[in-house]
Amino acid sequence: MKPFDLSCLPETPSQTAGPYVHIGLMPAQAGFEIFANNFTGDIAGPNVKGERIVIEGRIFDGAGHVTKDVLIETWQANAAGRYNHPADRQEKTLDSSFRGWARTGTDFETGIYTIRTIKPGSVAGRRGRKAMAPHINFWIAARGINIGLATRLYFGDEEAANVEDPVLNIIEQPERRKTLIAPKSVRDGNTVYTFDIYLQGERETVFFDV
Amino acid sequence: MTPDAEFHQRDRSIHPPAYTPVYKTSGLRSPRIPLWSLQNSLSEVTGPMFTPEELGPLDNDLVLNYAKTGQPIGEQIIVHGHVLDGNGRPIRNTLVEVWQANAGGRYRHRNDTYIAPIDPNFGGCGRMLTDENGHYFFRTVKPGAYPFRNRVNSWRPAHIHYSVFGSGFAQRLITQMYFEGDPLIPHDSILATIPDRSAAERLVARLDLNASKPLECLAYRFDIVLRGRRQTLFENKLQGS
Repeated sequence: MKPFDLSCLPETPSQTAGPYVHIGLMPAQAGFEIFANNFTGDIAGPNVKGERIVIEGRIFDGAGHVTKDVLIETWQANAAGRYNHPADRQEKTLDSSFRGWARTGTDFETGIYTIRTIKPGSVAGRRGRKAMAPHINFWIAARGINIGLATRLYFGDEEAANVEDPVLNIIEQPERRKTLIAPKSVRDGNTVYTFDIYLQGERETVFFDV
Repeated sequence: MTPDAEFHQRDRSIHPPAYTPVYKTSGLRSPRIPLWSLQNSLSEVTGPMFTPEELGPLDNDLVLNYAKTGQPIGEQIIVHGHVLDGNGRPIRNTLVEVWQANAGGRYRHRNDTYIAPIDPNFGGCGRMLTDENGHYFFRTVKPGAYPFRNRVNSWRPAHIHYSVFGSGFAQRLITQMYFEGDPLIPHDSILATIPDRSAAERLVARLDLNASKPLECLAYRFDIVLRGRRQTLFENKLQGS
C-alpha cells in the first residue's frame, strides 16, 4: 500500500436495532432456543482471575420511563488491566479464560440489566500516557436509538483514580462526570455496582464519539 | 496497518442523527447534549474476538437451523458480501449476526403480535465469521414486509438486521439491509432517518445472479464497510508501506 493512501471507503450507515434485536443477539430472551452456544452477560467463569462483581442498572428515556428492550454490551480489560486483543501490548498478564466482552438486555418486565464479571485493572492511557482509572466500556442499541451509544462505567470506590482519569477530566462539567460513576453496594454477599443510564433529560448520561 | 492504530474519525453525516422526527420512537431515546469526542485509547482500538469453535455448523443456514418438521415457507435466497474497513482491506474472522422476520413478515419474538403466522420451521437468526478475504454468506428465506406503529399506516420494506464487530470496539455497528427493487423503500421511515441519500442506497443489496444457484435459489450481495484505521506516520516507523 502507498504510504499516503489514507483514503477511504465510506462507512456503512447505522440503522436502529429495532424492537426485535433479541432474536438475533439474545434468542433466549426473544423466547426460543436455537444456538448451542449463546453469548451472555455472565462472563466471570470459574477460571477467570479477579474480584467478582455484579453490574446492574436501568436505562431511562427522556420522559423518565424505564426502557425494557435495550441491548447492552460491555468491553473491558482483565483484572491486571490488559485487554484480550493483539493491539494491547502492555506488559501485564493475559488471562486467556477471559475475553472481556458481555452482552445482555434490559428485562422485559423490570427494565433491569445485570452483568456478572470481574473488576478490571487500570489500563494505560492513550499512547501509553497517564493511566486510566479502572472502567468498563458500554455500548447500547435499541428501538429508537439510530446509532449505538458509547459510554463508560467508572467505579464509585475508585475515587482517587477517578480524579486523575484523563477521560473523565476532559468532561468540562464536574456534575456530568458523575453520570459515569457507579456507586458500590454489597447485597447478599455480592459486590454490586449500580449503573443507571439516562438517554435524555436533566440527568443525561455522557456519551462519547469514539 | 497495525492493529493498534487509531480509527479514523467517524463521519457522522452519513449516519442518522440521534433525533429523527420521521421515526417517532427516537424522540425520547435520543441524547440531546453533543457527544464528547474521545481520542482513541486502548479501550477503543481493541475489541472482542471470536473463534469458529463458538459457532455451530448450521448457524449460517436459516433454512435449516430451526427446521422442525420441514423447511420454512418462502423464497430461499443466499445473501453474501465482504466486510471491509475504510481502507478497503478485508476484516477477517469477524462476527456477523443477522436476524429477520419470516416470509410473512412475522418475527419469532414474544412481543410481536402481527397477524401473519409464526413459521414453525423458521427461527429467523443466524451468525457467521468472515473468512480470510473478509467474505461472509448465509442462506435464508426472503423476509416479508410488515406494518409498524409510527404513522397510522407505516410499513417496513423487507429487510435483514445486521450486527458486525470489526477488529476494535469503536467499529461496532448495527444496521439493516434492504432488497433492490422493493417498492416500499422510498416510503420507509427508518431508512429515511439517514440524511444522505447515497449513503442510504448503500444499504440496498443488489441481486447477484452470478452467486445464485441455478434451479435452486437467487442471491443478493451486501458489502459492509467499517471504519478504517489511521496510518501512524512519524511515530516509531512508517507502518503499512
